[in-house]
Amino acid sequence: MKKFLTSTVTVSALALMLGMTSVRAEDAVDPNAKQGGAITITYKDDVATLDPAIGYDWQNWSMIKSLFDGLMDYEPGTTNLRPDLAESYEIAPDGKTFTFKLRQGVKFHNGREMTAEDVKYSLDRVTNPKTQSPGAGFFGSIKGHEDVAAGKAESLAGVTVVDPYTIKFELTRPDATFLHVMAINFSHVVPKEEVEKYGADFGKHPVGTGAFKFAEWTLGQRVVFERNPDYWHKGLPHLDKVTFEIGQEPIVALLRLQKGEIDVLGDVIPPAKFQEVMADPEQKARVVEGGQLHTGYITMNTTMAPFDNVKVRQAVNMAINKDRIVQLINNRAVPANQPLPPSMPGYDKEFKGYPYDVAKAKALLAEAGHPDGFDTQLFAMNTDPNPRIAQAIQQDLAAVGIKASIQSLAQANVIAAGGDKAGAPMIWSGGMAWIADFPDPSNFYGPILGCAGAVPGGWNWSWYCNKDLDAKAAEADSIVDPAKSGERAKMWSAIYRKIMEDAPWVPVFNEQRFTMKSPRMGGADNLYVDPVHIPINYDYVYVTDVQ
Amino acid sequence: MIAYLGRRVIQSLLILLGVSLITFALLYLLPADPVRQIAGRSATPETVENIRRQLGLDQPFFIQYWHYLTSLLSGDLGRSYIQRSEVTELIVSRLPASLLLMVGAILCELAIGLTMGLLAAVRRGTATDQTLMVASFVGVSAPQFVVGLLLLYVFAVRLGWFPIGGYGTWRHLVLPSLTMGILGAGWYARMMRSSMIDVLRQDYIRTARAKGLARGAIIFRHALPNAILPVIAMIGIDIGIFMGGIVVVESVFGWPGIGQLAWQAIQRVDIPIIMGVTLVSAFAIVLGNLLADTVAPFIDPRIKLR
Repeated sequence: MKKFLTSTVTVSALALMLGMTSVRAEDAVDPNAKQGGAITITYKDDVATLDPAIGYDWQNWSMIKSLFDGLMDYEPGTTNLRPDLAESYEIAPDGKTFTFKLRQGVKFHNGREMTAEDVKYSLDRVTNPKTQSPGAGFFGSIKGHEDVAAGKAESLAGVTVVDPYTIKFELTRPDATFLHVMAINFSHVVPKEEVEKYGADFGKHPVGTGAFKFAEWTLGQRVVFERNPDYWHKGLPHLDKVTFEIGQEPIVALLRLQKGEIDVLGDVIPPAKFQEVMADPEQKARVVEGGQLHTGYITMNTTMAPFDNVKVRQAVNMAINKDRIVQLINNRAVPANQPLPPSMPGYDKEFKGYPYDVAKAKALLAEAGHPDGFDTQLFAMNTDPNPRIAQAIQQDLAAVGIKASIQSLAQANVIAAGGDKAGAPMIWSGGMAWIADFPDPSNFYGPILGCAGAVPGGWNWSWYCNKDLDAKAAEADSIVDPAKSGERAKMWSAIYRKIMEDAPWVPVFNEQRFTMKSPRMGGADNLYVDPVHIPINYDYVYVTDVQ
Repeated sequence: MIAYLGRRVIQSLLILLGVSLITFALLYLLPADPVRQIAGRSATPETVENIRRQLGLDQPFFIQYWHYLTSLLSGDLGRSYIQRSEVTELIVSRLPASLLLMVGAILCELAIGLTMGLLAAVRRGTATDQTLMVASFVGVSAPQFVVGLLLLYVFAVRLGWFPIGGYGTWRHLVLPSLTMGILGAGWYARMMRSSMIDVLRQDYIRTARAKGLARGAIIFRHALPNAILPVIAMIGIDIGIFMGGIVVVESVFGWPGIGQLAWQAIQRVDIPIIMGVTLVSAFAIVLGNLLADTVAPFIDPRIKLR
């Protein structure tokens, strides 16, 4: 008999299963929230594209989230999964079949109702090589993915429309991250007729089911979203209009924020002004600080001498003064001791990592046969603060006898060097560092520490490949039952502990986010440092000076 | 004249072809792989190769260049790798803003530069002359980024006379035009000064003076029209200087022109945009020089085209 596991991921899912309410409990809209008003957010760079199958930078990521919806989402301001376009879901005991019941009456911005066919179409589209989606790889566990990726099939064999409101996914392996995959932008639902109408320019004319409708795009100047009055989630969004002003230098944007012309700095507070802002109580009160799913690290190429010796790598781990580096960037980060950031499930609070200990580092180097150190190269990106951080690392290394010359290059060149097996002995990851695609511990492994990433052009710049850990990772990811998520997180913690023993990286710090807003912005602080919606969760924030 | 023009046009086309080849080659040699950039960090090697094939980036260099040139002839500059839009569309949508800024900058630099130069020439050797020449030197050497932020801080943030960056009304145009204009004004002041001094030494000025004409009449009616012409003829060459300036000034003021587009594209290694903007700028510079050279003999009959 087929036994179904019910979701225990969130209380809300349970509430749904019990048919208690159609609006989820934790979503009870903020009673203080005011309806209406418009806000302005500034960005330096042009918005790339608003096509959920293609957009993959931190700027358009949350914009797309407000225009489109996926089957799953996260509770606002947290990393807790919950159903979104899906009303409920069921996972087969073998963890290889996921069945989603869709919410009824959800409409695209063009007025047509969204059905299971649209979900299937959207996934066929994102995995089709013609779409050139950077996210196609996330769907690798769906049956038939290989055929679509190879151009042999147009449609994913593992995705079946059971009825207009039910869709079934068959996977080739149990995949504990699948619910997260159903929450990332790449899986968001698009209407076929609009995609076909605009073709490659759909990203400039986005039509989704989200809280906001796309209203205007003046190239190089602004993008405007308007409230979707037919949004299925009654009471949301609070704002009538969100305007993104493009091409604003952060320093100019800060001046405008101080004058009250704009509401949120989309980019970071300019480093040169950071201390000034934080030293002024009035301004500091408008800055919300939060963690982010980011780790900045130094990779050591484990296939290149002398970093093929684990003792050398451990010595480097002890040689780096992380506190000083954090000070160097005005304390905009917290020192790290493991690959996972603290806000990520699976982060090991007990783990202390390598201490900063110059004497021990020297001893380890001597044991490894390098009592006088050695010469090496440290690659780093050439934009501030990375060259300064690289210099601090260089000084720390010099203190234990390692003479590192700094190769300060453009981002693309550093990435290229990292993806070349003989390219870079050491890389400081700043400016290119890993920010998780979704809040799951597995996301810090595969591409950057697993064997799959240790390929030419890959992101595993330490070229660390431990088959044993790969197997353990696969085992952990086969635990699909949400009730066992604690056990799974423990397995992941163990994997990262082992990685730290082998020390392919020096985890240096986890960047903190500092979002600066105008005094009129309302809503809980965690909406302004939402781990998934960066910089802010547009759907839930509001302004206090309306009505 | 016609032969001269024909020769110059062919020359200009060859220069553009050369620029396109060099830029294309440099971008081709970049160690950054655009396909990897498009495919993202989760892509499998097959996906990467697939996209490479679709974009024709698996072809040898000269074939790729040939494809680029042939589509260029039909006005197609390709599609941006990051923004995924037509490069032509991106550039066309931003050109008006850049042109407007250039007009503003030219007005500023002429107004400031010519006045300064005239004043300095007339007061030659006095403290006014020296002060003006030092000021013009500062104008030429001050980094535009700093000048821009300074103007922004004083006139927009402190005094509130102008908006803090942005685009739309004439008030938005003032500060960025001034920032760009100050650089050119320095040059114009120096050129105007020497041109004016030159003219004031001419026989006809001496004649005018001997006739007992008033000083003002000599300067404005006889000297100025002759002194100003060779200076004005330089505007065409200015376009080249502007093309460099707009990258900085547009970024500081959030001015949605092609300079800002270029700067963003460079930072994100968006090769088709870099290529497109380079070609458009090269075209503007070549055209500016061509115009300057063609117009010169009409302004100053002593110059002959050969």
